[in-house]
Amino acid sequence: MVARVQVPQQVKRGELIEVRIAIQHVMETGFRYDDRGRAIPKNVINTLVARYNDTEIFRAELGSGIAANPFLQFYTVAEASGEIEFSWVDDAGEKGTEHAAISVVG
Amino acid sequence: MRGEGLTADSSYVRSLGLFIGVHRRLSAVSFLLLLMFAGGPAPAAEPQRPQPLKSGGEFSSSELRALQADDFGNPGMLWVVRGEKLWGEAAGRNGKSCAACHGDARQSMKGVATHYPKVDPGAARLVNLEGRVNLCRERHQGAEPLQYESEELLGLTAYVAHQSRGMPVNVTIDLQNRKSYERGRDFYYARRGQMNLSCSHCHDRNWGGRLLGETISQGHGNAYPIYRLEWQTAGSLHRRFRSCLFGVRAELLPGGSQELLDLEFYLAWRAGGLPVETPGVRR
Repeated sequence: MVARVQVPQQVKRGELIEVRIAIQHVMETGFRYDDRGRAIPKNVINTLVARYNDTEIFRAELGSGIAANPFLQFYTVAEASGEIEFSWVDDAGEKGTEHAAISVVG
Repeated sequence: MRGEGLTADSSYVRSLGLFIGVHRRLSAVSFLLLLMFAGGPAPAAEPQRPQPLKSGGEFSSSELRALQADDFGNPGMLWVVRGEKLWGEAAGRNGKSCAACHGDARQSMKGVATHYPKVDPGAARLVNLEGRVNLCRERHQGAEPLQYESEELLGLTAYVAHQSRGMPVNVTIDLQNRKSYERGRDFYYARRGQMNLSCSHCHDRNWGGRLLGETISQGHGNAYPIYRLEWQTAGSLHRRFRSCLFGVRAELLPGGSQELLDLEFYLAWRAGGLPVETPGVRR
């Protein structure tokens, strides 16, 4: 599973920053059938959590309506230098993590 | 003389399923060339590139173009990142990675994709980027070839082609690849499938027109591998060929087959000058 996280590298303290994440995932809806008519089991990333220096700042519950390779974007306030770490889990139980360093000045 | 040229050429043109419009474009010069090559199987009149050349992205919505231009939002970049990781990973019996021979792809692979497909001297056959990766695996890494359309092969080809982004597609026809060029061109102009259509019917005669909800593009391969929204994933040019073959209800040739390789070469010639866009984003 490949994922990319984007945060501004250097920001001023108190500044509003844009955090983006893109994850490569099939997001199988559970509504499809294969060539032999068998149902393809649902497999989506069901939970995604973002922590900023171990404090949870963002949580999302995703479902069948989200397209493959989900892309999420949100805003947070830059308070201290450190890391924003994402972790997620899909219906098959596969877990993933990705993080990005952030440097706060001032 | 011009009239004679048309007569002499007409049986060939008809056999290819070309339109009458192409007849009219036959100039006196091409007629002379035709005389020089008289008796040979190949025609002298070379097909034309669409004018002006337009990349497939120009027929996309502005939102889609913005998505492709955004290096983070572009979902195809996930495959490029995947390829970048694979580039540094050892594979096969010899325990070598791509980087062990080629070093930093950002330097060594710059502009490489613009010259593909090309004839590999050792194998004496036409290879595209996918074929090149697998030849490298076989010869230098001692690894099993990657399956066509596999995530790994898509990642590596996307990563390599991405290094040429913005550089013009530039293949030249020479003695080694002329046969491929001719076969690819003939494939392009031949009617096929239950719809009895050639590639040319849509992509030369009707580009810019509508096909149901879609705008017909000129059919260039300069952005591949692409991320296609309909597929919800990245895919190779040969997968796109198969979509077109399916659309005209023709035989679905396997990815990496000689016919599709030759067609890829012809299209690379036809797209000459267009910048590489990998990874493109299309509907």
